[in-house]
Amino acid sequence: MGAKVITITSGKGGVGKTTTTANLGVALGLSGQRVVVIDTDIGLRNLDVVMGLENRIVYDIVDVTEGHCRLRQALIRDKRVEELYLMPAAQTRDKTAVSPEDMVDLCDQMRDEFDFILIDSPAGIEQGFRNAIAPADKVLIVTTPEVAAVRDADRIIGLIEAEEKGPASLIINRLRLDMVRYGNMLTTGDVVEILAIDLIGIVPEDKAIIVSTNKGVPIALNGRAPASLAFHNIARRLLDEEVPFSDIREMPSLIERFVRFIRQ
Amino acid sequence: MGILDRLLGRRKPSSREIAKERLQLVLAYDRVKISPELLQTLKNELITVISEHVEIDRGGVEVTFSQGKRHSRLIADIPLLGARGQRE
Repeated sequence: MGAKVITITSGKGGVGKTTTTANLGVALGLSGQRVVVIDTDIGLRNLDVVMGLENRIVYDIVDVTEGHCRLRQALIRDKRVEELYLMPAAQTRDKTAVSPEDMVDLCDQMRDEFDFILIDSPAGIEQGFRNAIAPADKVLIVTTPEVAAVRDADRIIGLIEAEEKGPASLIINRLRLDMVRYGNMLTTGDVVEILAIDLIGIVPEDKAIIVSTNKGVPIALNGRAPASLAFHNIARRLLDEEVPFSDIREMPSLIERFVRFIRQ
Repeated sequence: MGILDRLLGRRKPSSREIAKERLQLVLAYDRVKISPELLQTLKNELITVISEHVEIDRGGVEVTFSQGKRHSRLIADIPLLGARGQRE
């Protein structure tokens, strides 16, 4: 069977699918896995710029599925990591250029040569999403602790169960512990309770992500940032390692509760 | 908010609690694809059908959701009026 195909999706746009895909690719690559990340957001490609590989694109996924090039020619190697490759989306086409069957074929062709194939899904529930989940062995759902994102995540969970691609696992992105402690953000416990799926990662809000995206250097390449640690922990969990969630403290301390009480 | 309210433990719900409550409600409807209007229609038709056969307290009928982990159920609570009749 070879590679495990993991699709990263969310329903709502802007919650961090692409950043998550790039960083999980880097984290898995740094732990010695052979990884390919595929951008399936045809017409709105972004994984290339998040990874800083935009200047090296020659061929894209549609060139491969339409037979204009060999699969290998469309893979861009990320030189910062031992075995990490990007297959970019086409920018000048639309989502109908690739079918779910194409995606299954494409992944099957790569399974023998890689350990992980990560698919960055477009937002929405239309064909781009269908393409992205068609070859998936496992689906990761990214959400932020906000009403609209959680609602869309719930819809996606239902669709994934209907496609028999479940059970999906949840990544809660951009958690702001300062706001959680003051009762101004849904807690990870709230989100997990509402969505009723397994949690595989909690990524704190981290300004360093914006800096790293500005530069095209995924944050997982610099080990110090909290978000980097979070992505590496998710990668370890994908490798079936038991990694506790205890590093994130959501409950307010006694002093914080006192301050909140006074201010209320 | 006054100090008295706080000392008595009365407080405004936090925005987190409001968010959670709103989500739970909106998802209950999303998941079963039943709108409040449809719920009302169901209730009216249930009353009509059941009262053809049994005497019920029409004002006391309640049709609601119960929300489990990933399953919702429709619950109809229909108070009967005919209980006395059998002994008479």
